[in-house]
Amino acid sequence: MVAGGFGVGKTTFVGAVSEINPLRTEAVMTSASAGIDDLTHTGDKTTTTVAMDFGRITLDQDLILYLFGTPGQDRFWFMWDDLVRDAIGAVVLVDTRRLADCFPAVDYFENSGLPFVIALNGFDGHQPYTPEEVREALQIGPDTPIITTDARHRADAKSALITLVEHALMARLR
Amino acid sequence: MATPPGGHHPYDGAHQSQGENAQNRFNFPSAPSGQGGMQQPYQQPQSGHPYVQPQAPRIQPVQQRRRPEPAPTSGNHNPLVRPYAMTGGRTRPRYQLAIEALVSTTADPARLQGQLPEHQRICRLCFEIKSVAEISALLSIPLGVARILVADLAEAGLVAIHQPGGDESAGGQPDVTLLERVLSGLRKL
Repeated sequence: MVAGGFGVGKTTFVGAVSEINPLRTEAVMTSASAGIDDLTHTGDKTTTTVAMDFGRITLDQDLILYLFGTPGQDRFWFMWDDLVRDAIGAVVLVDTRRLADCFPAVDYFENSGLPFVIALNGFDGHQPYTPEEVREALQIGPDTPIITTDARHRADAKSALITLVEHALMARLR
Repeated sequence: MATPPGGHHPYDGAHQSQGENAQNRFNFPSAPSGQGGMQQPYQQPQSGHPYVQPQAPRIQPVQQRRRPEPAPTSGNHNPLVRPYAMTGGRTRPRYQLAIEALVSTTADPARLQGQLPEHQRICRLCFEIKSVAEISALLSIPLGVARILVADLAEAGLVAIHQPGGDESAGGQPDVTLLERVLSGLRKL
């Protein structure tokens, strides 16, 4: 999974390492609390479409890795639950200029127990804060890797994924 | 929603017994012999009861609601189909498919004749292995609908589904062997 705040570069990250152009799947959400009467007044507002971009990497003849960029809107947590169930882990992309945007994702993965790494997406190579400063600011434990990345570059995205899988493997073996 | 539990029969019985009640008032002893035994339970209390009339309005609306039932069948020809019309209104598949579950088909194209157009499109797509997410994206159908349609095809034996290899003892999380394979695959990229 690739998570992070709106506009932090999730789809860019997926596209950098995916073998296909990122695809978009949409889920139609119907507001469960809407009464029948609402349909007559606000027919177009009772459903919301949640879009999710994803890519794929064929690792072996019988092994395909899918990268799902999580829906940016925090209120669609239940879709995350769906993704978390069989996921290897999550890369939480962080724009250090808007650190607070990643709080919901970090909270979510800490609570769900899914292994995750923090990847500081340096726009134009800028990394105004060191990983240790961010660790301090986010109150992240020493076990969670914090790396710098550039979501536009394949090598960086690949390296972030390797860090994540290594971390997930360590977590399983512990 | 359309078909009341128990089918039409109880309503038919209730309706007819009510009709007979009208006759019963004039000719009570002969009424029970006319119809099958099923109707007796409805008939007896009503005919013997002084409060027969107030029950009529309660039964009538049910009769009226049943009449529009055949309409949805003819409505299928409408080209503007809401997504869940393809699934017959079902919003949940028979079993839970992971979004990344892989779908493939080896079905003979001849077998696809007579399937729903959406089912045919999915099958044609899955001659090469695809995830449920890809089916949804490539055919522009919402994820929930894709899940249901794929589950239908699996049930009909037209596609094979490869659910992701999770470790049941670890709550579905990937096992160590899988993680090692993913890691070595990523390093080779």
